[in-house]
Amino acid sequence: MHPIRVLVFARLRELVGRDVVSLELPLPCTVGDVRTTMIEEFPEIEPLLSRSRVAINDEFAPDAAAVTADDEIAIIPPVSGG
Amino acid sequence: MNARVEFDNPVGMLANDNNEPMILLTRMPIDDATLTQQVRRPGCGAVVTFLGTVRDITGERVTVALDYDAYAGMAESKLAEIEADVRARWPVGDVAMVHRLGRLEVGDISVAVAVSAPHRVDAFDACRHAIDRLKELVPIWKKENWADGTSEWVHPAKAE
Repeated sequence: MHPIRVLVFARLRELVGRDVVSLELPLPCTVGDVRTTMIEEFPEIEPLLSRSRVAINDEFAPDAAAVTADDEIAIIPPVSGG
Repeated sequence: MNARVEFDNPVGMLANDNNEPMILLTRMPIDDATLTQQVRRPGCGAVVTFLGTVRDITGERVTVALDYDAYAGMAESKLAEIEADVRARWPVGDVAMVHRLGRLEVGDISVAVAVSAPHRVDAFDACRHAIDRLKELVPIWKKENWADGTSEWVHPAKAE
């Protein structure tokens, strides 16, 4: 198992009560695994997480994308800039 | 709250040849007149500047202030992608995009996009595309602070 840091923002940050979450995941794993583990740890975020995108190193990534130890993972809830 | 965005101002920028910032996240008020001047070019007969400003009423609810937060590094990266996309699709002279972060009050400018082009149709279209893409892609969020004392982050089901 490896520690994976996941950045969260806006309402997600309020729901989890911190701006970075540390997950323990086997490597290699996928974005989908990160989603599943986040919901296990924080069931209350599921409705918003299901509408959120995940970014790896500043790029949106599909659920099948592989996560490696040095990646910066961020959960991007629907954006409202402008 | 997030150390990543507790930055000094300006937080980051991509500058043009004259070292003027063309992509910027800032906690300071946006100077739209300067931004408009920055994109003017001798070969461009048209300049379009879009300003997004804090609206006082949404539906039937009264806003007293908005708080904007960003995933700063990715937001800058996405703004740069949008600029490159605009340059690839329209014959623009220059493009400048600035988004403000932190606490904004009614009437404050939250975002400014300025585009110059030889002719007005391209300037309007390119500016429209840039702000539309910004609102879809760039990881920035606003929190509504309502007059009744409640507040909530805005996560639209669809693009506004």
